[in-house]
Amino acid sequence: MPLIRVVKRQEPLGWGSCLVLAAAIGLSLLLSGIVLYIGGTSPIEGIVVLFKGAFGNRYALEDAIIKATPIFLCSLGVALAFKLQVWNIGAEGQFALGAVGATWVALSLPESPSYVVLPLMIIMAAVAGGLWGLIPAVLRQKLKTNEIIVTLMMNYIAILILDYLVYGIWKDPASFGFPMTPEFSEAAIVGKIGSTNYSWGLVHCLVLGVSFWVFLKYSRLGYEIKASGDNVRAAKYAGIPYDRLVMLVMVLSGALAAWAGFLEASSTINRLQPSIMAGYGYTAIVVAWLARLNPFYIGVASFMLAGLRVGVEGLQLDLQVPAAFGGIIEGLLLLTVLAGGLFTSYRIVVTRKAHEH
Amino acid sequence: MSIDILIPLLAAAVQSGTPILYATLGEIFTERSGILNLGVEGIMIIGALTGFLVAKATGNPYVAFVAAGLAGSCAGSIHGLVCLVFQGNQVVSGLALTILGVGVANYLGTPYVGLIAPGFDPLPIPVLAEIPVIGAIFFSQDLLVYLTYLIPVLMWIFLYNTRFGLSLRAAGEYPAAATAAGLNVVGYRWLGVLVGGFFMGLGGAYLSLAYTHLWTNNLTGGRGWIAVALVIFAFWRPSRAVFGAYLFGGIMALQLRLQASGTQIPSSLLLMLPYGLTVAVLVFSSWLRGKTDEPGALGTNILPAE
Repeated sequence: MPLIRVVKRQEPLGWGSCLVLAAAIGLSLLLSGIVLYIGGTSPIEGIVVLFKGAFGNRYALEDAIIKATPIFLCSLGVALAFKLQVWNIGAEGQFALGAVGATWVALSLPESPSYVVLPLMIIMAAVAGGLWGLIPAVLRQKLKTNEIIVTLMMNYIAILILDYLVYGIWKDPASFGFPMTPEFSEAAIVGKIGSTNYSWGLVHCLVLGVSFWVFLKYSRLGYEIKASGDNVRAAKYAGIPYDRLVMLVMVLSGALAAWAGFLEASSTINRLQPSIMAGYGYTAIVVAWLARLNPFYIGVASFMLAGLRVGVEGLQLDLQVPAAFGGIIEGLLLLTVLAGGLFTSYRIVVTRKAHEH
Repeated sequence: MSIDILIPLLAAAVQSGTPILYATLGEIFTERSGILNLGVEGIMIIGALTGFLVAKATGNPYVAFVAAGLAGSCAGSIHGLVCLVFQGNQVVSGLALTILGVGVANYLGTPYVGLIAPGFDPLPIPVLAEIPVIGAIFFSQDLLVYLTYLIPVLMWIFLYNTRFGLSLRAAGEYPAAATAAGLNVVGYRWLGVLVGGFFMGLGGAYLSLAYTHLWTNNLTGGRGWIAVALVIFAFWRPSRAVFGAYLFGGIMALQLRLQASGTQIPSSLLLMLPYGLTVAVLVFSSWLRGKTDEPGALGTNILPAE
């Protein structure tokens, strides 16, 4: 009787892992097609519309790059925490508070010039988002409180704080009752690069992405993060101040998501309104994991998943597919890639019992 | 507060707490086998939609309720497949399952938003419902609430007084020793995932079949996550889950009543109450830590031998 066993691989799989990734993506698309079929849409037509809408023309590509910006920054943030084995599910809330912090500065200083307002907006966003990341970190280290649930609950709370402000004290009196703040002053808006449709936020991403890479690869702190992520006990034994490291990482993680919130408010919609919360913080978790926490791959995966979001909008318009379809693809992608991990870390061995001694 | 307000409020607390109680009991069962399933929110909403659709199609809420449980087990089996067969990370798999489940339910449910289906109505128990105060709070509910008076007892008997229950806990506590003792640890973990998923599905169905009789997208509204937190609050014990669930039911009922009363407090602040309470409850539980029954191997996969 053949017997299937799995054996740990001695060396990494190399190119084979690309094959596994491709198979996982293919399987998730196949399963998404089946869900489309159950929902009454032709799966082939659906997937074609999805990809054409996502990457088929210049406007779609532009839109994908614009949407990739907040996903990328949030994803860098969660990846940093994940490296330390801290489960920060709170990018969504840290993003919200970043947008709130930046808006507060923009609304408070309507007359100030750009070189005063924009840095202050970034600082305030980072402080608000960083604080939102620090609270679960302190609870985790001091009381061993589960950070997954605390960060997740703080997402709900942060979004409700945002709602409270835009429905209440920050509501534009001239908005005919719509929940939105007044438009930011010219000086509080991160503008577009030259005559393109891309905002300077893209450059922020580039700079932050490269700094992230350099920080992890060459700084002492980056080394300590990697060492503690691999083995907490050994790191503590080696004298790494683990508690402080977790708190610092969660502040940085929150600040990165908050930076995304700042850019989204300042550059993309020029004000604060509830629709700013589009679930980028959750997509960022999918991205970070798909990219195996590598900043370069995070860039690629952000673009791909932003493209999928654009494609799903196309599906909505052309084939009346509900927007929730986007979550289905993201969930399936993550599950299939996760399952595919077996083939990259283990070998499948089929043996015949009769031949064993 | 006068008794005329308090009794209906407490009755509403039991009702709002019931879906959370089902889900919490399900997650306790799963975690006891060593599997951390963060997909509760996704499994619940799949159960809620399945219950609604089956009730609408068959007109029979009993069939719908059981179907929702089975759908919960099916959804849970995805987590089992990824973690028990493919050795995937349990935290990430659970999160992915929540993203997927919420997506599937909102996607397939969109055509049914606002429609109603037959469900369960209050069914006061003769004699018991006549007891002053207690009768109105506990015995004037629907059938699905009465079921939750039995399930924690049965689960306690199973976990602590049967050989199967001991083996399931061993699989969660010390899988290496359990394997050495000849137990099929992977099998027990599958049992934990499937039975746990069944109860999570039932919790979702309570929302669409009894709490409301209609479908709206995002019906679960974070209750699955509250259930994950309550498992910690309950120290992984079914009996303590009851208190936690009713506490949350109470705060949700209170929040709805305050909103309906036209209070000056903005609704966004009232809506924060259950989420803030979840954080508070978690902090409180970690403060008391020491005498919990947290399974020793919770969230760790059983790695194949080298």
